[in-house]
Amino acid sequence: MANPFEHLPTEAVVAEHDEFSPSGGSTVSSDTFWRNMVRVFSQNKLAIISLAFLIFIVLFCFLGPFLFHTNQTNGQEALMNSTNNAAPGAGHLLGTDDNGFDILGRLMFGGKISLIVGFASAVVATVVGIIYGALSGFFGGWLDAALMRLVDVGLSIPLLFLLIALVTIYRPTAPMLIIVIASVSWLVPARLIRAETLSLRTREYVQAVTVMGGTRRRIIGRHIIPNSVGTIVVFATFNVADSILTLAALGFLGLGVPAPQTDWGTMLSNGVNYASNGYWWEIYPVGLCVVLVVVALNYIGDALRDALEVRLQRG
Amino acid sequence: MTGYLIRRLIQAFLVILGVTLVVFVLSQLIPGGEARAALGPKATPLQISHFNHLNGFDQPLWVQYWHYLLGLGKGNLGYSYRNNQGVTALISQRLPKTMVLVGASTLLSLVIAIPVGMAQAVRRNSLFDYAVTGVGFFLYAMPAFLAGELLILFFSFDLGWFPSQPPSDATAWAVFTHPMDFVLPVITLAALTIAGFSRYMRSSVLDTLAEDYIRTARAKGAGSQRVLYGHALRNALLPLLTLVGLTLPAIVGGALITEDIFNYPGMGLLTVQAAQNDDIPLVLGTTLVATVATVIGSLIADLLYAAADPRIRLGGE
Repeated sequence: MANPFEHLPTEAVVAEHDEFSPSGGSTVSSDTFWRNMVRVFSQNKLAIISLAFLIFIVLFCFLGPFLFHTNQTNGQEALMNSTNNAAPGAGHLLGTDDNGFDILGRLMFGGKISLIVGFASAVVATVVGIIYGALSGFFGGWLDAALMRLVDVGLSIPLLFLLIALVTIYRPTAPMLIIVIASVSWLVPARLIRAETLSLRTREYVQAVTVMGGTRRRIIGRHIIPNSVGTIVVFATFNVADSILTLAALGFLGLGVPAPQTDWGTMLSNGVNYASNGYWWEIYPVGLCVVLVVVALNYIGDALRDALEVRLQRG
Repeated sequence: MTGYLIRRLIQAFLVILGVTLVVFVLSQLIPGGEARAALGPKATPLQISHFNHLNGFDQPLWVQYWHYLLGLGKGNLGYSYRNNQGVTALISQRLPKTMVLVGASTLLSLVIAIPVGMAQAVRRNSLFDYAVTGVGFFLYAMPAFLAGELLILFFSFDLGWFPSQPPSDATAWAVFTHPMDFVLPVITLAALTIAGFSRYMRSSVLDTLAEDYIRTARAKGAGSQRVLYGHALRNALLPLLTLVGLTLPAIVGGALITEDIFNYPGMGLLTVQAAQNDDIPLVLGTTLVATVATVIGSLIADLLYAAADPRIRLGGE
């Protein structure tokens, strides 16, 4: 592990940014700030490798099917044209699954859903968390107390139980899964943004805006949220990783997207039925995809945290 | 201490009350209501209104919630129409098994994480420290369902050391009579928390070793062993207790996955099977019970912390 402190920007840059950028960093110094951020990020080799890998996986899932045509939806045709559970070979580079679908093609087909749901639910959760947390922290008082007790209640419910309850009530189509996963993962960002707001609210430049007659909406929208961007971006990155993992867990439990669609977790769930038969190609490739994507996102999040100078405790 | 105790108890009670409200709201979200769940999709409107009237579902929501709370007070969690059995009866057979799984794996995790984290702190930035951090990161990224399957593939199918699932009729006591059946599930669930616990322990010991009283102890001539075990360890353990309490929801969620992997007949497996059968009342019942058990577990962890920390035990508010 590299020493995280050696990449921190010089003191002069920090001071320049903090002191002279009153409205969310959109002043002269912002250029320096972003360039500096990119510099710190790009010095982290693990993060660069992770980013390259992530771009590769996205291209693989979204452009791959155009170059590598496979049938992934017509079960009858798959059974007629190929043997099921075939070992990797010339016709099928990674073999076929129990329905005769080509696994390499299926990794792209399922990966697309996993990535879209993971990314979209993280975005929804982050946006909801920002609004909720900023309102709670900014207004304070009984509203804050009530809103935060609700978050406490949500966080005390074991996440998977709540997810399963929601998935059982609303049949899981892909868009529904985005909402369901987001509806349990906005709680932590809401708490983080509230804490951020509480600390920003007392800063001098926010008080100055208040004195100058700035409205609350202006303060939240122009000052508090832009200054929380670091925290938001870093946490959203981790949130994407967690959402992909959550969808994989649901898929593994047989509660993922319904056929004929699939996701990585559902593929894994199918594969482990044949674990005792030694059909490793139905387990390892898809398992590796989930783990590597999640690890890559975590490394990227860590590097962003260093680059954006965010102090953030996960969890 | 008394003030802290009362405040903490009230807080836990309010959280549980909030959870009952969440579960009640969820039960109202069932498309077509509980009548559809009970009578099936072909029920006529007359049958549905009759069912709703019989069960009091035509009353105002707050009245229904009040009746729901009263029922909970008597231990009535609802009725599983799929199983034709009360939810309470179904859950009460399964809860002890999940508690054994969660308890045993948390213990195992602590027994491994505490010494490892301490050794990491003492030999900070050594090869050992980096190696453990690397392994920890790997464990942290490994989803429980994959870890469990890999353990089964290797230890059960390849080596044949442990069974891949415990017998379904085993009671919670089987952990003493047939411990081998529990090895793989307990390891899988423990793997989920070991990395987090040891990392926390490492930084906690490092923080403690920087305290003034450690320097004082050293200055008075205490040996490094005495400083470590007599002074640092006890103080470093305290925050870990809170972390265990905070991690409990994640552990209980992990238990659900673990039970599914190993076909372990606890609450988690019950929930997954209920979900696959569209048995919404049962899913809501297990969700409520799992949450209440988690809240009580966290409460116990907090109270232990208060009892162990003289600053809270003896001090004022």
